[in-house]
Amino acid sequence: MIPGSFSYHRPASVADAVKLLSDLGEDARPLAGGHSLVPMMKLRLATPAHLIDLHGIAALRGISRSGNNLVIGAMTTQHELLASEDVAKAMPILHEAALLIADPQVRYRGTIGGNVANGDPGNDMPALMMSLGATYRLEGSGGARDVAAADFYQGAYFTALEPGEILTSVSVPVPAAGHGSAYEKLKRKVGDYATAAAAVVLTMAGGKVATCSIGLTNVHETPLLATDAAKAVIGTSLDAATLKKAAAAAEAIMAPAADARGPVEYRKHVGGIMVTRALQRAAAKAK
Amino acid sequence: MNDLTPTREQRTAALEGMGCKRKRVEDIRFTQGRGSYVDDIKLPGMLHGDFVRSPHPHARVKKIDDSEALKVPGVLAVITAETLKTVNLAWMPTLAGDVQMVLADGKVLFQNQEVAFVVATDRYAADDGINKVVVEYEPLPPLVDPFKSMDKDAPVLREDLVGKMSGAHGPRKHDNHIFEWTVGDKELTDAAFNKAEVKIKEMISYHRTHPSPLETCQCVCSFDKIKGELTIYGTFQAPHVIRTVVSLIAKLPEHKIHVIAPDIGGGFGNKVGAYPGYICAAVASIVTGKPVKWVEDRIENLTATSFARDYHMTTEVAATKDGKVTGLRVHVLADHGAFDACADPSKWPAGFFNIVTGSYDFPTAHLAVDGVYTNKAPGGVAYRCSFRVTEAAYCIERAMDILAQKLNMDPAELRLKNFIKPEQFPYHSALGWEYDSGDYHTAMRKMMETTGYAALRKEQADKRAAFKRGETREIMGLGVSFFTEIVGAGPSKNCDILGIAMFDSCEIRMHPTGAGIARVGSKSQGQGHETTWAQIIATEIGIPADNIMVEEGNTDTAPYGLGTYGSRSTPVAGAAIAMAARKIKAKAQMIAAYKLEVHEDDLEFDIDGFRVKGLPEKFMSMKDICWAAYNSVPPGMEPGLEAVSYYDPPNMTYPFGAYLCVMDIDVDTGVYNVRRFYALDDCGTRINPMIIEGQVHGGLTEAFAIAMGQEIRYDEVGNVVTGSFMDFFMPTAVETPHWETDFTVTPSPHHPIGAKGVGESPNVGGVPAFSNAVNDAFSFLGSTHIQMPHDFWRNWKAAKQLGAVA
Repeated sequence: MIPGSFSYHRPASVADAVKLLSDLGEDARPLAGGHSLVPMMKLRLATPAHLIDLHGIAALRGISRSGNNLVIGAMTTQHELLASEDVAKAMPILHEAALLIADPQVRYRGTIGGNVANGDPGNDMPALMMSLGATYRLEGSGGARDVAAADFYQGAYFTALEPGEILTSVSVPVPAAGHGSAYEKLKRKVGDYATAAAAVVLTMAGGKVATCSIGLTNVHETPLLATDAAKAVIGTSLDAATLKKAAAAAEAIMAPAADARGPVEYRKHVGGIMVTRALQRAAAKAK
Repeated sequence: MNDLTPTREQRTAALEGMGCKRKRVEDIRFTQGRGSYVDDIKLPGMLHGDFVRSPHPHARVKKIDDSEALKVPGVLAVITAETLKTVNLAWMPTLAGDVQMVLADGKVLFQNQEVAFVVATDRYAADDGINKVVVEYEPLPPLVDPFKSMDKDAPVLREDLVGKMSGAHGPRKHDNHIFEWTVGDKELTDAAFNKAEVKIKEMISYHRTHPSPLETCQCVCSFDKIKGELTIYGTFQAPHVIRTVVSLIAKLPEHKIHVIAPDIGGGFGNKVGAYPGYICAAVASIVTGKPVKWVEDRIENLTATSFARDYHMTTEVAATKDGKVTGLRVHVLADHGAFDACADPSKWPAGFFNIVTGSYDFPTAHLAVDGVYTNKAPGGVAYRCSFRVTEAAYCIERAMDILAQKLNMDPAELRLKNFIKPEQFPYHSALGWEYDSGDYHTAMRKMMETTGYAALRKEQADKRAAFKRGETREIMGLGVSFFTEIVGAGPSKNCDILGIAMFDSCEIRMHPTGAGIARVGSKSQGQGHETTWAQIIATEIGIPADNIMVEEGNTDTAPYGLGTYGSRSTPVAGAAIAMAARKIKAKAQMIAAYKLEVHEDDLEFDIDGFRVKGLPEKFMSMKDICWAAYNSVPPGMEPGLEAVSYYDPPNMTYPFGAYLCVMDIDVDTGVYNVRRFYALDDCGTRINPMIIEGQVHGGLTEAFAIAMGQEIRYDEVGNVVTGSFMDFFMPTAVETPHWETDFTVTPSPHHPIGAKGVGESPNVGGVPAFSNAVNDAFSFLGSTHIQMPHDFWRNWKAAKQLGAVA
């Protein structure tokens, strides 16, 4: 539990950080909140020769409104996200989910950018960002580009980030007024990753589901958008048969690993239940 | 006497003696970060050691190449079994009569076994060094399932024991067999079963878990070559035993070994035994002439130092149709891992498991325990319980519930029917113990009345009906547990560790100004001894507890004691403290008689001094007596006011309690909610009710963890898969239920102050309460026994197997 030696860099701008990353190559890793990288380093599963600490870059922090989007700087902590009235009002599901991430101490350090960029299937924010239709801004030596959250995740710890790129912000479209949302997370204890979790964002019209997106956490090597499950509930009033159909459609795309949280069969089963419960709770909140 | 004269109540309260909710004096430093733990010790020139560990559960070690490691800046030495052989320390004796590799000698026998010890100038360099040691292994087939240990074709683990058909505890049946231990009357028990009207039989497993104290095991060893003296600072629950063991195995004179246990951050049995880290740090210090620190990390602690439990108990109860028990038969398969390193009194290979008849009047019983080797970490320590007592309590408390279910009786009623009656004490159990005192019926009825047990049963019946009608997906369980512990090891007639009787000790020195110091052979790991020991003395001699300093853990100053584990401190050390205090009091009485010019028989002790009988104004306070002890003692008497007592207890003590757990389980997810938990403890005389309550809270939290998910689990090829707090269930305040505590008081008749000990009762009684609640919840669906741990997915699996989930 003792990391190997490394050099420490603290750039003051994104440009400097990007330059360091491209100069130092694959031996360099950006450091955000450190809650994934540092434990990996202590176990020597990660042995970067250079750490590029992003805490010195003021431009990476803060939440602002840009048109119909909320733009969240990558170094914004979960705690800052929780403190934001804009977030609580416009997209309560982010507020709800952030409260389920670990404990206050972790949330003071853990960042949105680190949470979504690391590609850890256990992290909660990626599935939420997918279901909210968020995009990520990636900056590298060749300039900036935007990638949809739904296109970002390629495998466990594999993402669309190219070598030398840093995820600098997350842009989230504000959901329609009167939408309903819910994040249902089954976990063994505070601080644990989800055994299975489901994010639902929907709108209702005349007692029936008008639009719906469903994101799934930790039931596959990447976060998932459960498109078929979402389709199955459109135009329904979420009757028992529909809920069952949606849960089954969601379970069909799950491929969790068996681990101490339970065997595959259990994790899929409770994944379906999380979908059902999130749908019901989101619908109850929709106006 | 005037208005300013304190009343008797005020004088008593000023002492803060027994019965007072005195605030813990040690917490002033603990809560302000001012404790001094082993890792706080930094000696000049101190080096750091760290282990190369085996990735394999079973393999031959072909070659260890340290050449690259020695090139790492700061790395000074790499110690292997070959190095240790030069000082005859490649193997060490265990407390259970076995031997254990200090470093892998030819083979590794469990994953994360210690293979080499890298010594470096700092911890970073040591870790860099272990990553450069190249070990060549030849993997061997692992033996993981204890039920296959004695198969004909099982791989032989302990090549050092091949052909030795007798071990420390008698004959061995197989190369992987350690011992068979039998107690009780087999013929009489078989006869009881032959004519039984009702019988139950169940294999009840108590899974492998771990004490996991917040502070891991660690030491600093410092050898002074000029003086030839070895000083060891360490996380030791039994410092004097460590000193004797080191003297015996390192061949150093015992007076030249100084063992110091500073503040300890929890022990729970994990810090009783001797570990390879201690030996390697000592050898490294002797070799380098510099102090060497070894601190294990969380993964090492969970995977390599002393697990607990791993008992597989095939349990049979014979009874009459109306529910009177007539016989108990238990066979235990005990998985000891690669070496038998159980921390039990030496003659007790399965500890005091023969308390398995519990609180019930079994006319006959028979017990057999087979210990076997597997490719798992060694240990088998008493995790917050007296030796194997929690396994025994779990076994009998599950069995009583299973019998109640078979008889269609209420489990509380079945227990009431079979309890040992108050008039039967001292009670001789069928498996050989003499229970000192108890009033089980009163405790059980108090629990039932306070919790509204009958109403809860009614609510459960309604909920079950609603579940069957499909109106709810939640089931409700009531977990009844009534435990009897056996603690306070122990009487020299049946308890020793490596030949040293399990007494304990106290030395009290009163200073001229009426303050004093008490040094005790026990060693607090958080139990609050500095607070409670002073309370005993305060009541016994009438000096305020605040004026008594309690010191433990330094073998040069404390009298020889056997340490703190198995709830033995209050029953044994607590008695020694009272007896030493009484010696002080006896001398004080003679001094007071001399000063008051009366015969000592004319004096009576009155709270905080001696008073002449019939002359209330003739009084001498203990404070004044202390002063007199240093300037005007009676002619012929030695000055000073000191006493030492070594206490060999005449019997164990038998605390007991009645617990109830009310739990709801969502069958669709297996998620449980402990709605209510009530714990009534009878630990005899209560020294500090606040500390008792804290002890009960802590023990219940551990019991909750164990029953509901805390497990050391190996996969089928011997990889340990629960090596961190991510997967090893350590509940936080969020998961922990609310605890309701209660008590009755049945003093121990043989203990000087009637106290029985309490620290471990809640762990012993709590585990069956939780497990019985889960089992009770599922029983109406047709199950008789569901194995622990009862984590979410296993609850769901049970529901699914019982047809409650599609």
